[in-house]
Amino acid sequence: MGYIKINQKKVTQDLADELQDICPFNAFDYVDQYLSINAACKVCKICVNKGPEGICEFIEETQVQINKKDYKGIAVYIEQKDNQAHKVGWELIGKAKELALKTEEPVYAIVIGNDVMKIAEEALNYGIDKVFVYQNKAYRNFNVENYTNVIEAFYRKYKVNIILVGGTMLGRSFAPRIAARLRTGLTADCTKLDIKENGDLLQIRPAFGGNIMAKIHTPNNRPQLATIRYKMFDAPPKIKRFGEIVEEPTDDIIIKTTIELLDTIHQPKVKDINDAEIIIAVGRAFKKQSDLDLIKPLQKRLNAEIACTRPLIENGWFDPRKQIGLSGRTVKPKLIINLGISGAVQYIEGMKESELIITVNHDSSNKLFDISHYAIHGDIYDILPELNKQLEVLEQ
Amino acid sequence: MNIITCIKQVPASSNVKVDSNTGVLIRESNNVKMNPYDLYGLETAFQIKEMKESVDIHAVTMGPPSAKQVLEEALYMGADEATLVSDRRFAGADVLATSYTLSQLIDHISNYDMIICGKQTTDGDTAQVGPEIAEFLNIPHVPYVVDIIEINRDGIVVKSTYDTYDEIVSVKFPCLLTLDKGSQVPRLPSYKRKQIMKTHQIETITLDDLDDQNPNHYGLNGSPTQVEEIFPPDKRSDSIQIKGSNKEVTKEIMDILAKNRYL
Ligand SMILES: Cc1cc2nc3c(=O)[nH]c(=O)nc-3n(C[C@H](O)[C@H](O)[C@H](O)COP(=O)(O)OP(=O)(O)OC[C@H]3O[C@@H](n4cnc5c(N)ncnc54)[C@H](O)[C@@H]3O)c2cc1C
Ligand SMILES: Nc1ncnc2c1ncn2[C@@H]1O[C@H](COP(=O)(O)O)[C@@H](O)[C@H]1O
Repeated sequence: MGYIKINQKKVTQDLADELQDICPFNAFDYVDQYLSINAACKVCKICVNKGPEGICEFIEETQVQINKKDYKGIAVYIEQKDNQAHKVGWELIGKAKELALKTEEPVYAIVIGNDVMKIAEEALNYGIDKVFVYQNKAYRNFNVENYTNVIEAFYRKYKVNIILVGGTMLGRSFAPRIAARLRTGLTADCTKLDIKENGDLLQIRPAFGGNIMAKIHTPNNRPQLATIRYKMFDAPPKIKRFGEIVEEPTDDIIIKTTIELLDTIHQPKVKDINDAEIIIAVGRAFKKQSDLDLIKPLQKRLNAEIACTRPLIENGWFDPRKQIGLSGRTVKPKLIINLGISGAVQYIEGMKESELIITVNHDSSNKLFDISHYAIHGDIYDILPELNKQLEVLEQ
Repeated sequence: MNIITCIKQVPASSNVKVDSNTGVLIRESNNVKMNPYDLYGLETAFQIKEMKESVDIHAVTMGPPSAKQVLEEALYMGADEATLVSDRRFAGADVLATSYTLSQLIDHISNYDMIICGKQTTDGDTAQVGPEIAEFLNIPHVPYVVDIIEINRDGIVVKSTYDTYDEIVSVKFPCLLTLDKGSQVPRLPSYKRKQIMKTHQIETITLDDLDDQNPNHYGLNGSPTQVEEIFPPDKRSDSIQIKGSNKEVTKEIMDILAKNRYL
């Protein structure tokens, strides 16, 4: 908490230029020999830490501190649709248990729906302390207004330290609603989580739209809220259950909404790359869509799924469900072959857990080489035809 | 009917590099554009205006003074009104503080039936701001809208798209929609409108104009989340570099695949 103060007396044109250069957000204005910071500032403090000495200073302001000991427990929201739990819930339970070991907190699950006892039973198999179940006819289908009321009631009663929500499409619409209701922070799509002894959750994710990771925390608000994408973590093994199911009354929770679900239309099934074992991923090196034919022989031979980077979705070459990465799918295949992909952090965060990573690129400074098991230096327009030739020889 | 559209200026290229020695971010160019999902939002608003009588579209953005540019663009495309909310005291706002500021601005404008946001921004990419604004305003929201099916006097029917299914949902006014890419083709700013709107005043609102003037609810101080540290992504030290003629490296790929029992 605080602000950045500028020591105007020391500012010169040169120093102002230097600060304008290092600020990644163009937040400095220098007009009439007065250096000011505009609303683009993200208080990243680069100007304080790396800028010319004595110009920018961070002034700490103290705030009333909450008592962190009053908040205990890590709760995982178990998303369900048609009374089927989404598997991301189990993965989050696994992570919650890991975190709870450090702080010795209980781990809970929250299930909302109608006729969802089966899901609660299932949750216990992953070794958690309690499952809180909220059942009501009105909760049969997800409704963001009614469900937010439930989470608010849960939090007011149990004062948990952390709530984790799966970063599914529903979760990404639900979690911000909870955050605003409880006036707390929310970090979307964390790729790593850790916890401090005092219970502060460390939320790690790519930041500022660049090739950089940020460690984000919520130092003075509770609960701490984070969403995590499906397949980011592993589901824990099922163990002998020891926890209990607590059915919560819902009579006092307000049910009121003007959102009405009129119809659900199922889309034709596309094979999901989430669960693919072998993936060939293509990037912007492919100059035109028809060049993708070059990968067909290899795809057939390996029985691989094709996936891609975001620019190819923007081109309209692929269904958005084929995109790997932070704003696409997380994949963990046994084998992934990257063809002409630069390895932006948003891409890498979606595939770095793959078991065997082979990357072809003609630019040796690409970032994907850094995380690949095999870095193949070469041009895809030379290598793919040659590969097809060698595959053909093999077939014969 | 009054529609408020929330739009944001984002970097045109996502190439922000980090100097691994100093940890300093280097933004490659100062090129900026309107967030693409906000273009779908605006286009949807324009289409509603064409379908219904007396629809007023008010574009708003929160950002530095230079963000006026996207508001001008919106006016030249077809918006009737535009407002910038900008104040140094908003600096360092996280999602909660940003959404709160925008909800205060919308309260200040006060006259609205519907708020339209993009599904997400291409720089922040959180997809949180829309739902949080809705919560602060205590109105319902419908995410991932791709089509407007019907507009009635007191509400709207829309189609939303999820991973494996679509939903047809009706919601009453006032409400907030977040727009995904559907069949809309965003129009370009028109020369004619530019001539009409060139002199149109874009109002700038600061903290002093808002209802809640407690500076602790805005900017860094109003942001529960803080960046504790930034660092470059992981590398692995055991990667095997394969160089040579095309034939040689291709042979190597074949061998790797064979060794791992894929061929
Ligand atoms: C908030 C945010 C979220 C994002 N989320 C995602 C996401 O989920 N998924 C995603 O993919 N991106 C995402 N991006 C975009 C990401 O930052 C990159 O812009 C994108 O991944 C780049 O795609 P690319 O590697 O295909 O293209 P480029 O970066 O253009 O890379 C092309 C690569 O191909 C190589 N190449 C070119 N020609 C050849 C050739 N003939 N032979 C061999 N190699 C060649 C080049 O050397 C280069 O390395 C996101 C960005 C932001 C800001
Ligand atoms: N600074 C801002 N000014 C106006 N609208 C914004 C701003 N930030 C986000 N939004 C709106 O919220 C949507 C989602 O943004 P985000 O949560 O950042 O992905 C955007 O498409 C905009 O409609």
